[in-house]
Amino acid sequence: MPTNDSILFPPQASTYAADVDALYYFIHYVAIFFWVLIVATIFYFLWRYRRGHKEGVGPTHSLPLELTWSIIPLILVIAMFFWGFRGFMVLSRAPGDAEEIHVTAKKWLWNFEYPNGQQAIGELHVEVNKPYKLIMTSEDVIHSFYVPSFRNKMDVLPGRITTFWFEATMTGEHQVFCTEYCGDGHSDMLAKVVVHTPEDYQRWLEESQVEDTTTPLPELGERIFAGKGVCHTCHSTDGSTKVGPTFKGLFGRQEQLADGSTVTVDEEYIRESILQPGAKVVQGFAPTMPTYQGQLTDREVAGLIEYIKTLQ
Amino acid sequence: MSTTTATPAPATEMDRWPEKHYWNATKGLKSWLFTVDHKRIGMMYLISILTAFFLGGVFAILVRTELLTPGETIVGAKTYNQLFTLHGAVMVFLFLVPSIPAAIGNFVLPMQLGAKDVAFPKLNLLSLWVYWLGSAFAIYSLFAGAVDTGWTFYTPYSLQTDTAVVSMVFAAFILGFSSILTGLNFIVSIHKLRAPGMTWFRMPLLLWALYATSVIQLLATPVLAITLLLIAAERIFGVGIFDPALGGDPVLYQHFFWFYSHPAVYIMVVPAFGVISELVATFTRRPIFGYRFVALSSLAIAFIGFFVWGHHMFVAGQSEYAGMVFSFLSFFIAIPTAVKIFNWTATLFKGSNWLASPMIYAIIFLVQFTIGGLTGLFLGALSTDVHFHDTYFVVAHFHYVMMGGTVFAFIGGLHYWWPKMTGRMYNEKLAKVAALILAVGFNMTFFTQFILGTRGMPRRYYNYLPEYGFLHGFSSIGSYILAAGFVLIAFYLVQSLISGAKAGANPWGASTLEWKTPSPPPTENFPDTPHVQTGPYVYAEEGLDASRRAA
Repeated sequence: MPTNDSILFPPQASTYAADVDALYYFIHYVAIFFWVLIVATIFYFLWRYRRGHKEGVGPTHSLPLELTWSIIPLILVIAMFFWGFRGFMVLSRAPGDAEEIHVTAKKWLWNFEYPNGQQAIGELHVEVNKPYKLIMTSEDVIHSFYVPSFRNKMDVLPGRITTFWFEATMTGEHQVFCTEYCGDGHSDMLAKVVVHTPEDYQRWLEESQVEDTTTPLPELGERIFAGKGVCHTCHSTDGSTKVGPTFKGLFGRQEQLADGSTVTVDEEYIRESILQPGAKVVQGFAPTMPTYQGQLTDREVAGLIEYIKTLQ
Repeated sequence: MSTTTATPAPATEMDRWPEKHYWNATKGLKSWLFTVDHKRIGMMYLISILTAFFLGGVFAILVRTELLTPGETIVGAKTYNQLFTLHGAVMVFLFLVPSIPAAIGNFVLPMQLGAKDVAFPKLNLLSLWVYWLGSAFAIYSLFAGAVDTGWTFYTPYSLQTDTAVVSMVFAAFILGFSSILTGLNFIVSIHKLRAPGMTWFRMPLLLWALYATSVIQLLATPVLAITLLLIAAERIFGVGIFDPALGGDPVLYQHFFWFYSHPAVYIMVVPAFGVISELVATFTRRPIFGYRFVALSSLAIAFIGFFVWGHHMFVAGQSEYAGMVFSFLSFFIAIPTAVKIFNWTATLFKGSNWLASPMIYAIIFLVQFTIGGLTGLFLGALSTDVHFHDTYFVVAHFHYVMMGGTVFAFIGGLHYWWPKMTGRMYNEKLAKVAALILAVGFNMTFFTQFILGTRGMPRRYYNYLPEYGFLHGFSSIGSYILAAGFVLIAFYLVQSLISGAKAGANPWGASTLEWKTPSPPPTENFPDTPHVQTGPYVYAEEGLDASRRAA
């Protein structure tokens, strides 16, 4: 994990983070200066001119003073404006050679698609010191892609494309938050940007393209549950109800469906629910689950089924 | 500006408890429900908004309690989302917007003008009824599947959620009319009902602030009404305005919404500036330094406030150049606001500064509101706003403005005019203790949230990463201290109603017209119409020489 934390900020892990922080500290010190000046003056006057003092009365207006305390702040805020605008243009405009990655947001997960067609949920693997441009859209409501350690954020809208570019300067995992309120799973709509050295990135690329055939199925399923599948956002394993039904004791259970019929949860029902979530929705739950068709391999689906069987 | 207004009657007689006053002028529930007396309407508004404040406060405490630990503490995600939505909606639409104008303003404005009532007393009563109708819709929506959209009702989420969006949207729609009626009434009253001799620049600064506020209420609120109607039309009839699935544009909604809601921030805070001017003048025994600058800065804020809405949308997908213009204009709001703070500070210079409890609230306002204003600079600047947008930094910033500013000014104003409203004093020592408890609780709760924000903690999060645990816990504990302060205030204000000492006409020795009539005032305010020859803030009784009055 990156370690150059300060008290106020997460690490600066992108090319433009230092400039954002520098403007922050400029405003910070200007603000502290004026706040201390005002508060100290107020308390001094309160004490010095407390009731009963014999110092006479002061003036009731002064044009020079009004102009002074209008113009000095005006100059300072115009400086802040220009600095902020210049930084914003850097944040907004991707360099031409940036590698493009398509991002799809939906309740409540992030899907990343690489130029070679490879897809990943919840994890964006990139190389350090290389610009990337995310081409983002949403399948349902507005979301927002925010990486605090990059100091950048952009809303992700349905029916429209927005972009987010970055060049990471620090290897390791960087937290991604959804920062546009999007419903029950909003605060669990997380992801990671995993920044690799070029060598590690190559290794990751090769490994990720080889299907995992050695991990035992239940273990593979557990990994998908908490990782790639982000199932844990909506399904618990301890019996508590989240957005979807709990997985605890699910296998073999009789479920009442929204259309009034009942179904016994078996391997086929789980497989169908993963690939066509809208087909048989359990009563009392909204049909919000996205399909995993094309996102999970057959072996991974089998892994999830075996994992759910272990949760009795 | 300068001296003395004609005093309608000798002080001694006026200080006696009046036999007939607005509380006992007529009797029975009906005489209140159908009253056209601005003071009774103001008091009914006061009780209503305090009830709303209590309700919104309960929601806030539940939110903070849920956030004591990550994951589930007391409620599930959906309930949490409803709680923060209701907290925001109730506080904004039922409390903050009407707070100072409708409660304190209704009571004080006609008296400061030297008038018998507002220009349209029946319209005033209608505004209260409309407020109650809107509140009824809001309360109905709580039981009809409380909304979970956030008080901002962003589309397309608000078009898709299965919660009671339509009834809450109608509540806000109806409440808007109440706001419009009050604004209209105040504008006409200020134009037409000023006492003989009261020129514009002899008006107390609260009236300038209420005038500026009323202009915003009149011009901005209809846009909210239209927007909310469009949401309802889209939900009920499927008309595609904002939902991209129907060919609409969700960002258009944000433009419409903030076109009202940013000026609405000034509806909520400009009246607070007016209250602070009154408190600072009275408790320094001085005219407000730079009176004209303070008066006109309210209008400047109201005017510029219409052109900055896009600063809520720097990362919403609008063009970078739109962001540039909105950022630039936003910074201009800082100047008239700074001018006010500097002028209030300068008023303390060689004042006769008296730290009575209302003044303590005013001082806490200055300290906290300045933080609220200065932290706005980080949000007006484009590149830093990208990092802070939709994090706890924004939550902290607007609570410093709305709570640390407006609420403290409102509570200070309530303490200041309480003797006039009720004829009774409260326990001054407890009032000072309560002010300090509120300040400690408030700053613990919300200063913490600035750091949560700089560290990247997003707002409207039910769950959070363990690294934010300590700051969240600290903030929640602060909120309990804050709540304790409000309980103490409720206690001694009720006590004052039962056994408070009689206040007399002018317990603070203030100079504006509302103090030149008995407490509580008679139904039509003044025995004789006051005549005004001077500015509002003149304190000859402090033994100041005549040269000062001519200033």
